Amino acid sequence: MTHVYGFRPLQVGRHYEIDYVHSYGEVSDFFLGLKDHKLMATRCERCGATWLPPRRDCGRCGGKTVWFEAPQEGRVHTFSVLHFAAEAFLADLPFVLAYVELPGIDTVFLTRIKGCKPEEVYIGMPVRARFRRLVDWTPNDVWFEPV
Amino acid sequence: MRKVCVVSGGITKFAKANLLTQEAMVKDAVDYALTDLDGRLDYKDIQSTICTYFSDHFNSQLLFDSLTQDYLAMCPRPSMRIEGGGATGGLGIRAGYMDVASGLSDLCLVYGFEKMSEVSTAKGNEFIALASDTDFDYPVGGFYSGYYATMAMRHMHEFGTTAEQFALIAVKNYDNAFHNRWAQKHERWTLEGVLKAPMIATPLTRPMVCVMSDGAACLILCTEEWAKKLRPKGDYAVITGVGCGTDTMRLGDRPHGDVIPLPGEDPAKYSYLKGRWPGLHCFRAAREAARQAYQMAGIRDPLHEIDFAEVHDAYASSELQTYEDLGFCLYGEGGRWVERGGPYLGGELPVNPSGGLIACGHPVGATGIMQGVFTLWQLQEAIARHCSDPAQGIDGSRIQVPGARRGLCHSHAGTGTYITVNIFERPQ
Ligand SMILES: [Zn+2]
Repeated sequence: MTHVYGFRPLQVGRHYEIDYVHSYGEVSDFFLGLKDHKLMATRCERCGATWLPPRRDCGRCGGKTVWFEAPQEGRVHTFSVLHFAAEAFLADLPFVLAYVELPGIDTVFLTRIKGCKPEEVYIGMPVRARFRRLVDWTPNDVWFEPV
Repeated sequence: MRKVCVVSGGITKFAKANLLTQEAMVKDAVDYALTDLDGRLDYKDIQSTICTYFSDHFNSQLLFDSLTQDYLAMCPRPSMRIEGGGATGGLGIRAGYMDVASGLSDLCLVYGFEKMSEVSTAKGNEFIALASDTDFDYPVGGFYSGYYATMAMRHMHEFGTTAEQFALIAVKNYDNAFHNRWAQKHERWTLEGVLKAPMIATPLTRPMVCVMSDGAACLILCTEEWAKKLRPKGDYAVITGVGCGTDTMRLGDRPHGDVIPLPGEDPAKYSYLKGRWPGLHCFRAAREAARQAYQMAGIRDPLHEIDFAEVHDAYASSELQTYEDLGFCLYGEGGRWVERGGPYLGGELPVNPSGGLIACGHPVGATGIMQGVFTLWQLQEAIARHCSDPAQGIDGSRIQVPGARRGLCHSHAGTGTYITVNIFERPQ
């Protein structure tokens, strides 16, 4: 049955849903690494740039990269406490979205901070990676908590 | 390249209303622009069109550009859809510029639209967030207000910027929009009210964030010959500078290095940043777009050589960050520049006299073109004519920048991935 929301203008409900078979392709080892409680990053063989999330091809010089394991302790580079979100994440509110600096990694890594009250998080806070025991094959298989 | 002029513009009243189809909204905007030319431009004289809209998700209709082209009775003339997230409209102006400057078209209609009211605000935010990396960023908490909030927090950390300074920008934009009948929001906010409003993502409260909207906007671009014919009194604008910059899809991948100097700047001016640029706190793409546009327009001192700017303020924080990228003040000085009154009407360089996205609304594909329309009207000194509504007590003359000769419009996509700067000037 079509749901009618109003008559002038006529507004009717329309449903749309789809399942994708999505490939992580050349960065699959990052997600497979999370299962083994590892943060897998890549390093450019040409310019030395390090990438986490990983890239097969360097985002600075176009060179090929090699895999290596990133350290799991670092610091909060910046963060925000979210009180509103996209529909898919409303149930999680409030939560802390943060970028984490890790030694030897040129990028900062987007993650959530858990294991403390949101108001306790600060820029520069030492944090450590924690991993899901039952993986979901998303970047949420890892998060960070205060050291 | 040929000189490219802007002769007319039109917009619809932005609202989250879901009353008309998008093709009809576009037609209304085009009719407005044509009416403003007093019948001097005939439909048949339009040689090409550029269509801009952001998302196919909002209405579950692909190839909407064909629907609008058809509805506007523009077939079989050449057309092209341009899409670049929040910068879609600014990129559309760039594409229209290319069409006319190259000689492919003498008269190009650039139109854009978005209708975001067919889904809930939370679902709309989800669709927008799909413009961030869906492998690594979106699943962690995909929400642009959240991404921008982290940038704002880092700006505060680097430079001592405060939430009050962001809030001042929101108050300014609502105040300006009060005199603009096209604005979606006619609200008065106090500094305290903005700061105490419900938190969206620290430090951004509800009134510091723009709203979803339905709307359409258009600009008519043409050769100088056409402009003189369509605006015999010379009240048209010339596009004297166009710039476009890009940055990494993932905010966390932005490097730290040296500032890109604007034309004529000594790089040593930025030595105090010690190579901490752009990181997450500055928009490299905005700086690059400004560099190109200023170079082309011959701008060496933006603060004194630009009379006003329409800046993409999806967030009050990103407007402040953008002052620095555009060279209106030094990096780190954005907060103090607001406090000194720099971006206010009557200040050194009024920013968002229209009220910006925060108050006017942000129907994504229309937004950058709307900014261009306001920029044109400022240069024509026609703001009072277009933006007043005596029935509602709205006096548009209050937001006219007196004697404005050169305006900047800045269009910006998610976390600064695409940014355009277009400079409009009165003809010499
Ligand atoms: Zn490299």
